[in-house]
Amino acid sequence: MKEQLENIKRQAMEALEAASSPAVLEELRVKLLGKKGELTNVLKQMGKLTAQERPVMGQLANSVRAEIEAKLEQRKVDLHAAAMEEKLLKETVDVTIPGKAVVMGKQHPMNQVLQQIKDVFVGMGYQVVDGPEVELADYNFTRLNIEEGHPSRDRSDTFYFTDDDSLLLRTQTSPVQIRVMENAKPPICIIAPGRVYRKDEADATHSPMFHQIEGLVVDKHITMGDLKGALTTLMRQLYGPDAVMRFRPHHFPFTEPSCEMDMQCHKCKGTGEVDGQVCSTCHGEGWIELLGAGMVHPKVLENCGIDPEEYSGFAFGMGLERMAMRSTRINDLRLIFDNDIRFLNQF
Amino acid sequence: MKLNRKWINEEFVDLSQVSDKDFCETMTIFGQKVETYERLDAEIQNVVVGRVLSLVRHPNSDHMWICQVDVGKDEPVQIVTGAQNVKENDLVPVALHNSRLPGGIHITKGKLRGEISNGMLCSLKELGLTKNDFPYAIEDGIWILQEDCAVGQNINTVMGSDDTVVEFEITNNRPDCYSIIGLAREAAAAFHKPMRHHEPEVKGSGAGSIFDHLDVEVEATQLCSRYTARMVANVKIGPSPKWLRQRLRANGVRPINNIVDITNYVMLEYGQPMHAFDYRYVSSGKIIVRESREGETLTTLDGNLRQLKPGMLVIADQDKPIGLAGIMGGENSEILDDTTTVVFESANFDGTSIRQTALALGMRTESSGKFEKHLDPLMALPAIQRACELVELLECGDVLDGVVDILGEIPAPRTIPLEPEKINALLGTDISREDMELYLNRLEIPVENGMIQVPSWRPDLVLTADIAEEVGRSYGYNEIPVTSFSTATQGGYSPMMRFENAAGNLCRALGYSEIITYSFVSPSIFDQIRLPQDSPLRKALKIQNPLGEDTSIMRTVALPSMLDILSRNSAYHNKAAKLYELAKVYLPKEGQALPEEPKHLVLGTYGAGETFFTLKGELEAVFSGLRLPKAEYEAWTDHPSYHPGRCARVTIGGQEVGVLGQVHPLVAKNYGIDTEIYAAEIDFSSLLSMQLPEPTYTPLPKYPTVSRDLALVCQESVTVAQAEKVITQAAGRLLRSVSLFDIYRGPGVPAGKKSMAFSLELRADDRTLTDADSEQVMNQVLTALKERLDATLR
Repeated sequence: MKEQLENIKRQAMEALEAASSPAVLEELRVKLLGKKGELTNVLKQMGKLTAQERPVMGQLANSVRAEIEAKLEQRKVDLHAAAMEEKLLKETVDVTIPGKAVVMGKQHPMNQVLQQIKDVFVGMGYQVVDGPEVELADYNFTRLNIEEGHPSRDRSDTFYFTDDDSLLLRTQTSPVQIRVMENAKPPICIIAPGRVYRKDEADATHSPMFHQIEGLVVDKHITMGDLKGALTTLMRQLYGPDAVMRFRPHHFPFTEPSCEMDMQCHKCKGTGEVDGQVCSTCHGEGWIELLGAGMVHPKVLENCGIDPEEYSGFAFGMGLERMAMRSTRINDLRLIFDNDIRFLNQF
Repeated sequence: MKLNRKWINEEFVDLSQVSDKDFCETMTIFGQKVETYERLDAEIQNVVVGRVLSLVRHPNSDHMWICQVDVGKDEPVQIVTGAQNVKENDLVPVALHNSRLPGGIHITKGKLRGEISNGMLCSLKELGLTKNDFPYAIEDGIWILQEDCAVGQNINTVMGSDDTVVEFEITNNRPDCYSIIGLAREAAAAFHKPMRHHEPEVKGSGAGSIFDHLDVEVEATQLCSRYTARMVANVKIGPSPKWLRQRLRANGVRPINNIVDITNYVMLEYGQPMHAFDYRYVSSGKIIVRESREGETLTTLDGNLRQLKPGMLVIADQDKPIGLAGIMGGENSEILDDTTTVVFESANFDGTSIRQTALALGMRTESSGKFEKHLDPLMALPAIQRACELVELLECGDVLDGVVDILGEIPAPRTIPLEPEKINALLGTDISREDMELYLNRLEIPVENGMIQVPSWRPDLVLTADIAEEVGRSYGYNEIPVTSFSTATQGGYSPMMRFENAAGNLCRALGYSEIITYSFVSPSIFDQIRLPQDSPLRKALKIQNPLGEDTSIMRTVALPSMLDILSRNSAYHNKAAKLYELAKVYLPKEGQALPEEPKHLVLGTYGAGETFFTLKGELEAVFSGLRLPKAEYEAWTDHPSYHPGRCARVTIGGQEVGVLGQVHPLVAKNYGIDTEIYAAEIDFSSLLSMQLPEPTYTPLPKYPTVSRDLALVCQESVTVAQAEKVITQAAGRLLRSVSLFDIYRGPGVPAGKKSMAFSLELRADDRTLTDADSEQVMNQVLTALKERLDATLR
């Protein structure tokens, strides 16, 4: 009987090893372990054994059964893996075939730059506000300390709607300063991006409609040092921590003291020269003019009912197109308003 | 404003040791921004003074000469010239081998008809000069030098071109810096150097008094706060001396003759425009400063006949205008070669009036440009004295005694207390009072007993803030410590801005790209989009002084801007486009000073696969993404801009919010597009208030959903919306959704009818629905459909 069992085991192991499909395995399982299987048949002969032989044989039979079952299970796993491998091989695709096209819309490059700037300001605690584009001359000029007869009020510079020049298209975002200060008490900390209009024929560097971002901070004890700090932080956020800024005196009717801020040319590092040639980025100046700013003029504060003895503030204004053109290297302003999708898709 | 550095070095403050780069950098940082600077001798290289030792006829030419020229080297050089005015011993400019002349001309040695020529003898023109610069020279020949110069000397030093011209951007508040003296004062302060001053002195000639010859009357006192005049008799018109011509030329002013040059010189030096009249043509010896009268004309010095409008300020004699005040003189009183008696004018005219006249006549001049900055009235007198001093220096006439000086109302001298605490508080600095006084003194702003005595040339200094700027720039803006403030404000976007951002994100996710278009449009857009004549949208704000008709009104509707861009893209052969804009429109409101400026969301698209329903689906997605209640769509058959059968009025909660459809083919044609365009224009600003509240969690269904399909046969006229409404109402609360999945016409459906197939989903929250439950619902639905729409089960 022992021989019989070992025969079964040997043959079973060989047959299982040779089995080539799950179906053959199942056949073998029935043949070996089924109710009428070979092992069962052998076990049926257990009654003929002596009491001493019976446990020994029983143990042997069980171990043979366990081994066959284990082998059966292992072969099942192997065959499944092989089948899966074969299936996957058949499913192979050419991964270099292009993906299924998805049309993604693009934000206009200028608004991408604007969004970036707005986010930096919001992070610095500025509220983003809006103001009317069709504006009163009073807000656009008079209350900003731009006197009657100032050249910027000329009809050659400003678009007017009325004979008395009282209603116009704002020429700057600065009237939003007035609107904000009229309606809110300090502390004030805002930016106001928007469209502005000047009577310039459209060419590579001019447009009768363009965009500015105005900033205004009014509180007690605001200094020019704070102005420098705020603008330096902004520019380092936009242009990297190594950006070098300088401030130059300038003149605006609605700020005093006033300044312009330049950034050191990133290409020539302020030398004005690249490989012995005049730097094309800054035209040899070593600096790039970025924006105008200053401490809010006491008269402007007064015009809005804010006591300049108690409060001070700073304001700044920058041209969005120039900033966008600089960072995107767009070389013709007209492209911005042309809206060719081949252009829009580049960004 | 141009400044030649040699001039200020020689006359006012010697900064000759400062390099051009440092000079420009320091001036810029100090507040006088340098636009560009240029070495005057950069164009001419390797050109020297030579002496002609001998000249012989060229053997192979009947007009050329072979010259041996001493150029200060060991050996003379041989140069062939075609000029005929050269003689032995003449001093001439010699462009040596490898030299450069204006206009990028490069001279090298070569052979002329077989004879070696080691360079070129130069004419005035070849050196970029004219007879005005060196009046003794001839124009069609070599410049025979009559200058005090040595053989071998660089020609630039002979020409006076060893100089740098710096061009400054002068800000509006500093009219004083439109002068050499003003810029010299700034330079002296910037470099902490004292400035030399010069008080003009007129000796007088004893040739009589101006008051015996000239009577001046200022009628237009409002427009002329000061008028000074002096007279010069026995004038000898001739060229000015070299030093004067050179200073003019370096500033880009063409030398003309001594009298005219003097007026130009004083204008550069003092910033005070001057004029010289020929006394012969001042009728009756009377000068009247008045406004021009109806119908008057004047031929100005440039030879143009000017039609004057009443109110323009003129200088007139007894009979007629002889000059356009502050802008340009008249031809009828011009200084000529035979002028013998001259009237100098140095006046202060109203800047705004001058600017407007110059603008109206299209003739902005150096002079008008200066006046429009509002000049110092106290400058008129020293300027005219300086002119007369120069007349005496140049010995070109006898200055008559007496000065006409008509002084109107001028601002009183101003004082401002020096308040160091306030200035430091504004700047964020800690500068001592002593340092502040030092800074101001450097700028020639005296401080006496704590009071700042504002000089007449600094009208910009009014408040302490103005003083803070002077202190700040003297201290150095870049030295002010960088600080950060803390205010109790919270940054962020307004709800409307966040709403706009969300809409932009949704549009882009759906494949639409953003465009930016002009807010002003052509009035023809209304016809182009076929708006009826009485449409209220035609009441647009009109720009009175537009750049052109095409940009002359503020848009009241944004579709035309979109069509413009679609049309342009189509013209660029872009096969498809999906574009959006959040476009402001400008709607005038009766009784309101300002128009309303709501934003419209415009979607526009063309290309393969675009249909009414793709756009509608996308619009629905935008609405859904914006958390708006479900919009309703109703056929809009008479919208003039859209296809009558493919246009919907869009409403949300019963309120009309916009329009969606295929752009009318006639409109498309007006924009030059022959494919189907789909567009939607939504009154975006009105949507924010309709936004649903932030969503909160609803428990997920515990019980299964039952799906039942329903195919109906009904009249063609029955709309999907009508059927859905009946189904929804009849099905009751177990209905979770109803959606159309097919519309069929053809075999099996009677002609004139259609079949619509809907899928209904039913579910209860508290139990699994039985067949009986769903049967009951479907029966209710069928009954209602039959009764209300005459629709039957197919």
